[in-house]
Amino acid sequence: MTGVGWILTVLLSHWRRHPMQLATLLIGLISATALWSGVQALNQQARTSYDRAAATFGGARVPMLVARRGTSLPQQIFVDLRRAGWPVSPMLEGRLQIGGRSYRLLGIEPITLPVEVGAAAAIGKTDLQSFIIPPGQTLVAPETLSELDLPEGATPEASDGTRLPPLRKVPQMAPGVLVVDIGIAQNLLHRPNEISRLLVGKAKGPQARLESVAGDRLRLVPADSETDLERLTDSFHLNLTAFGLLSFFVGLFIVNSAVGLAFEQRLPMLRTLRACGVSARKLNVMLVLELVTLALLAGLIGLVFGYLIAAALLPDVAASLRGLYGAEIPGELTLKPQWWFAGLAISVIGALVAATASLLKAMRLSVLAIAQPQAWKQAQRRWLLLQAAGAAAVFAAAALLFWFGASLLSGFAVLAALLLGAALILPAMLEMVLSLGQRSTRQALATWFWADSRQQLSGLSVALRALFLALAVNVGVGTMVETFSHTFASWLDGRLAADVYINAADNTQADDIKAWLRLRPEVQAILPNARAETQLDGAPIEIVGLADHSTYRDHWALLQSVANAWARLRPGEAGFVSEQLARRLNLKLGDRIELPAPGGIWTLEVVGIYADYGNPKGEVTVNIAALLRHFPAIPQTRMGLRVAPAQIPALMTALQTRYGLNGRNLVDQATLKADLMGIFNRTFAVTAALNAFTLGVAGIALLTSLLTLANSRLPQLAPLWAIGITRRHLASIELLKTMSVALITTLLALPLGLCVAWCLIAIVNVKAFGWRLPFAVFPLQLMELVAVAMLAALAAALVPAIKLARMQPASLIKIFADER
Amino acid sequence: MTSDGHIVLSVRNLTKTYRSAGEQVAVLRGVNLDIATGERVALAGESGSGKSTLLHLIAGLDRVDGGEIRLAGASIGELSDSGRAALRRDQLGLVFQQFNLIPSLNVEDNLAFQARIAGRHDAAWHGELVDRLGLGPLLKRYPEQLSGGQQQRVAIGRALATKPLLVLADEPTGNLDEASADEVLALARDLVARTGCGFLMVTHSARLAATLDRRVNLSAGVIA
Repeated sequence: MTGVGWILTVLLSHWRRHPMQLATLLIGLISATALWSGVQALNQQARTSYDRAAATFGGARVPMLVARRGTSLPQQIFVDLRRAGWPVSPMLEGRLQIGGRSYRLLGIEPITLPVEVGAAAAIGKTDLQSFIIPPGQTLVAPETLSELDLPEGATPEASDGTRLPPLRKVPQMAPGVLVVDIGIAQNLLHRPNEISRLLVGKAKGPQARLESVAGDRLRLVPADSETDLERLTDSFHLNLTAFGLLSFFVGLFIVNSAVGLAFEQRLPMLRTLRACGVSARKLNVMLVLELVTLALLAGLIGLVFGYLIAAALLPDVAASLRGLYGAEIPGELTLKPQWWFAGLAISVIGALVAATASLLKAMRLSVLAIAQPQAWKQAQRRWLLLQAAGAAAVFAAAALLFWFGASLLSGFAVLAALLLGAALILPAMLEMVLSLGQRSTRQALATWFWADSRQQLSGLSVALRALFLALAVNVGVGTMVETFSHTFASWLDGRLAADVYINAADNTQADDIKAWLRLRPEVQAILPNARAETQLDGAPIEIVGLADHSTYRDHWALLQSVANAWARLRPGEAGFVSEQLARRLNLKLGDRIELPAPGGIWTLEVVGIYADYGNPKGEVTVNIAALLRHFPAIPQTRMGLRVAPAQIPALMTALQTRYGLNGRNLVDQATLKADLMGIFNRTFAVTAALNAFTLGVAGIALLTSLLTLANSRLPQLAPLWAIGITRRHLASIELLKTMSVALITTLLALPLGLCVAWCLIAIVNVKAFGWRLPFAVFPLQLMELVAVAMLAALAAALVPAIKLARMQPASLIKIFADER
Repeated sequence: MTSDGHIVLSVRNLTKTYRSAGEQVAVLRGVNLDIATGERVALAGESGSGKSTLLHLIAGLDRVDGGEIRLAGASIGELSDSGRAALRRDQLGLVFQQFNLIPSLNVEDNLAFQARIAGRHDAAWHGELVDRLGLGPLLKRYPEQLSGGQQQRVAIGRALATKPLLVLADEPTGNLDEASADEVLALARDLVARTGCGFLMVTHSARLAATLDRRVNLSAGVIA
């Protein structure tokens, strides 16, 4: 065996004698890598989907010309611009219902399509003819084809009876989008000679000024490196990344404590190796090599777990993104090679960062140095003061970010600074509480109890910090989710005031249904409603038309309103705006908004602001009659019914039988509420799962710290046993001590968690989603979390305590026999 | 036996065997020993002769295989784990080579610790111990802030704070230089005389052994 081999054998022999330490180190690295890589896999999957959406023909990565007023342009403007040298390509966009589900229909003109449009190549030169010449083709993503449950070549029927061209699967397409030739799209959407926008390619020659060709009708929207979807979902992914990062750091806490302990125990071995002629350089290289090897091994295992975590969470993440932002994410996990390399790199870097302090000590190791008894008390005081000063600096940074930061990122930075500062100051606060306890007692065992707890702080502080952060985040996120859940439930009660909801296949069927319902005595009211899409300040919004009825007046809560707000809607010159739209455009009661409508600009006075949770788009609510006057072409297929509760099942059965309505277009209030609450719960299932993982890792951190500390605690405990305290008594004191410190940590985590919740509700949510929830505290939930934390601490402390209670006297006697 | 006092410790036919590397090793092969109140005995012998094992058995830190140990008339072998713990707490004082002070407590608390948990704290005796051991200026210091000799003085004080029947010391001067060793042992002798308890000290040093009342040699597992 070579010299290097011998050195490595000697170094590795430590792990053979201390397998628990090796397990601790690996568990820390595996947890850190798994959680971080799992979250990254989810983010990468989503981003790949956004890229596909952006690469689709309607993406925002190409500059475009849009109407300054209204939602569409005459086709002639395309001809005029092309003649004037503008490399433009027309596009028509609309929505189409197939089998009760709404799809985004894009009409393109493939010959003029700029090459910069990512998916342009998808059509291919050979298929160009089949795409243009009737019957043409409908390009769809594989996922959409599965959802339609149709084979390639099938011709799906839209809700108005028209048939789409044969379907063709294109892997690069985004899910939920149908692409056809623009002429076909104009027919399908009943919008002859209309276009939605003009994509602008790279100009090759001179071109006339835009105004000289189109007057002031057009507005140039520059290319955007980030799509609307990416911007919208940024907050969600930032949230996931923040959780991943937190779990990663909690995992690194474990690695730090395991590496630190192993280093301390190996100090005599390292000195001996140096004394035997191993150079400091070689020894350090070997230590780094050993760590990197372990990190690579743990990283590989962590990546497998990360993949499993991501695969398990992906359906919920996809549901969240669909529910919150309408983003379509495929349910199957496909990862790029970079993910694997990045996972291994993060494991190695994490291990090196966690081991930095120990490696630096090894580098400065003196062969002749003898173990100096450390004045722990003074060292600890200096250490606590240093950390408290660090915490004060971080809190000051948090305050500055809070006052001067305006972005979502600054909101998360406030949260991160708050958590970091609290983690830094935790040992000082624990020290304060424990020294108060020590001062308040004169009883010998109690004095030792408090004093020893104080001394143990430095050994346990890393694990306690992990527990502290995990609990605070759990309290924060739990409070936010619970607040949201309560608010959402009462908001749903107001929003879903009708008893039955119908969405007819078309206007004719809707008229038939209404006529039939008017003859039914159990139907107390028919409440038609409709929706139109338009743009406000460059962003798409929805206009909702509601009937003038007491059902809405009595149930639909308004956050702010003028007097007689509902009555003010009737004439059609006033509307309510959603909270997120009001915040985005800084709208107040009495302000006026101008909505582009087919007949021209529709000016509305804002007379109310209402909550509209979970809607990524801005929304304006008006009287339905006024909406139909301004948007006469919109479908009038939706209606709500007020029905005596006992009569609901019979009425629904009658509607199903008579009109062939199914679960997608006929639903009662209870089912709809349950479905929406289901979507809500699924949205936060990922958060709950990551919360549980983080708490679990913190529990492991505490367990491993206690197990690794257990051996080094023997010299402190053996004298107590020798002077007459039984092993069982000592074990119960040790258990009580850990539980006490964990309880103090948990109690300190509660106010921090509530601060985190407040930051999430008042800063992050407002910036991310545009709405603010009322802040509420849920004592029962907090008590549950305290109980869970104490159970985790008990589980972690029980194993070392049982080991101590059952320890053979011979092991304790060794402490006195100089055989340590 | 050189003292006229009552027998405080009586060891009869004591045997102890350990299993080491798969083999049974008989460490003690029938030890007999008596110590009277106020008697100070040195237990000498070669390394591995079983001195520390004998001390640990007398202290109830380990269980005997055969024979009997009686302390103030009570058989240690018949006591349960908690009974032996109570015996150590109330009747014995232990001093080790490694000092084994409680690092999280200061000198004052270390000194009073055993007496307090035994419910036998005597403030006057505590004050006398502080004076005699010269610990007055060191009371607020922590063990790691003391020299070896100072730490051993605290250990001796802790062992004597309960006014035990017997003090067992396992090479208490093994980690000290000669001057400190002499000083510490002189203090221990004086205080043992002051309390009138028995004193059994394991030592390798013939010079130190000669300063006590009696010396017994343990050789090949029996008192020679």
